[in-house]
Amino acid sequence: MRKASLAKRINKSRSLYVMILPCMIFTFIFSYYPLTGWIMAFENFKPAKGYWGSKFVGLDQFRFLFDDFEFWRAFRNTVAMSLLNLVFGFLFAIVFALLLNEIRHTGFKRITQTVSYLPHFLSWVIVCALVQSMLASDGIVNNVIRALGITDKPILFLGEPGYFWWVVVFANVWKEMGWNSIIYIAAISGIDPALYEAAELDGAGRFRRMWHVTLPGIRSTIVVLLIMNLGSILNAGFEVQYLLGSNGLLVDVSQTIDIFVLKYGMSIGNYSLATAAGMFKTVISVTLVFGANAIANRFGETSLM
Amino acid sequence: MSQTNTLHKKRFKLPVFDMINVLIMLFVIVVMLYPFLNTVAISFNDAQDTLRGGIGLWPRVFSAYSYEMVFKSRLMLTAAFNSVARTLLATVLSVFFASLVGYVLSRPELVGRKFITAYFLVTMYVSAGLIPNYFLIKSLGLLNNFMVYILPGMISVFNVIVIKAFMQSLPESLTEAAIVDGAGHFRCYWNVVLPCCKPVLATVALWCAVGAWNSWFDTFLYAPNADHMTTLQYEMMKLLSSSMQTGRDTSSVFGNNSEQANIITPVSIRSAVTIVASVPILVVYPFLQKYFVKGVMLGAVKG
Repeated sequence: MRKASLAKRINKSRSLYVMILPCMIFTFIFSYYPLTGWIMAFENFKPAKGYWGSKFVGLDQFRFLFDDFEFWRAFRNTVAMSLLNLVFGFLFAIVFALLLNEIRHTGFKRITQTVSYLPHFLSWVIVCALVQSMLASDGIVNNVIRALGITDKPILFLGEPGYFWWVVVFANVWKEMGWNSIIYIAAISGIDPALYEAAELDGAGRFRRMWHVTLPGIRSTIVVLLIMNLGSILNAGFEVQYLLGSNGLLVDVSQTIDIFVLKYGMSIGNYSLATAAGMFKTVISVTLVFGANAIANRFGETSLM
Repeated sequence: MSQTNTLHKKRFKLPVFDMINVLIMLFVIVVMLYPFLNTVAISFNDAQDTLRGGIGLWPRVFSAYSYEMVFKSRLMLTAAFNSVARTLLATVLSVFFASLVGYVLSRPELVGRKFITAYFLVTMYVSAGLIPNYFLIKSLGLLNNFMVYILPGMISVFNVIVIKAFMQSLPESLTEAAIVDGAGHFRCYWNVVLPCCKPVLATVALWCAVGAWNSWFDTFLYAPNADHMTTLQYEMMKLLSSSMQTGRDTSSVFGNNSEQANIITPVSIRSAVTIVASVPILVVYPFLQKYFVKGVMLGAVKG
């Protein structure tokens, strides 16, 4: 049987179009239309003259941007913090999932898991306030360090550039470890129990079973998530760095691309340069996401579905 | 019989491992809970006494004065009202629109379905960025306007995809009967499909609610100096960043209280606001976490 003619089929589903058209227009206004603002990156934009009246300068803004040491510093900070977060975020979530899986008492297991989600639901503002009080000179971390006799003077975690990236990693791990482990715990529960029994009969101990059964069982999940996360390497987060790193001493290590855009755009009023930086970020991110998706699809078939 | 015996024996072969593992988990619990419980203790402790330090999990000199100050402040009441209002409104509207778009995109008879799906998907990856968005909001007259909390994020494509995937897993016969009966698509969506989607709608609603409750950046960007627009998270952010800058006093928000017997300090006020701004979430999340967890799995499958 041939399909009905196109006009007929469209006519038949016209109420669907009535439903979705307003949403498409809405999305156009809030997601597509602002893309015209990218024209600012090729102009010397003055708000009074508008998008179409400002002077066109070609690629000058990008040239200026790529000569700006502050931009490359922001780029370096972004990539560095992303990678650190990625590595430690994965490590802690996976180890936590593995260890939690070995807990026998179901009630204790569930309580631990529920508690570990808690920070995920708090806003970054709250998390940063808590992290700040934990790491303060009279906070719990310094108290423990002093009680253990490691140092006698409090460590100024939030005052020294050398610690800042690790503070960000700490905040991220604290906030997301439990949450990120959910997916691994689910993957572990999908492993065939017969494999464990077989390994046990072969005399494998706890560690060897974790190493030879559990880890290989979740390997494809890990690989796919890792690749997907590499796609968002330019999103190092913005809030921790902004909230905990605004101190003048820390700018050198805390300024990310997002903060660079915010500073040049909203504080200094150099809209063109800020737009150029934001555009650079979007273009690289999109490329990475699609690249990562393509690679993940090759690995992914058997894992997440 | 003998096999279960050996298994049983092996199970207790490494009690050291189990003990260490339980200790590690207890450590995790302490690390996750301590900062929060400590803040609760400080918020209920006398402000002057707190300055001596050493508050652990329990207040030393009980005082609810910090909370009294918070709830007496007009600004804080506005903030609380706005936080609640934006959370409710944003949740209702975004669940409605995400499910509406999800429904349309899940219909196989929609001509041009691939194109329309791509049209929405692209916006997940390509964003104009901060500055062009700012000018858009400005030109729409949304600066210092409450609707700036609702409109820009009203159609979340990620939620659309999650809901669409769920709808596609429903049996075909469900909607067929309704369509044959002559019900229009909107009726079919509202009366037939939506009631079957309660679990996924709950998940999406929770995401929206937590996201709306926790945001502060839109206030910071689009209404930084408008008192009538402030939210709890934004007030919290102001308290945090002024203490990050110099550690100087932030009590200006709460008026100058030098004549009063009770003193307030930034630390105490901040602790009280921290608790006020996070309690609503902490109260609900343990009960609703199964919906969240389900959502993570849905997201991962699609992601």
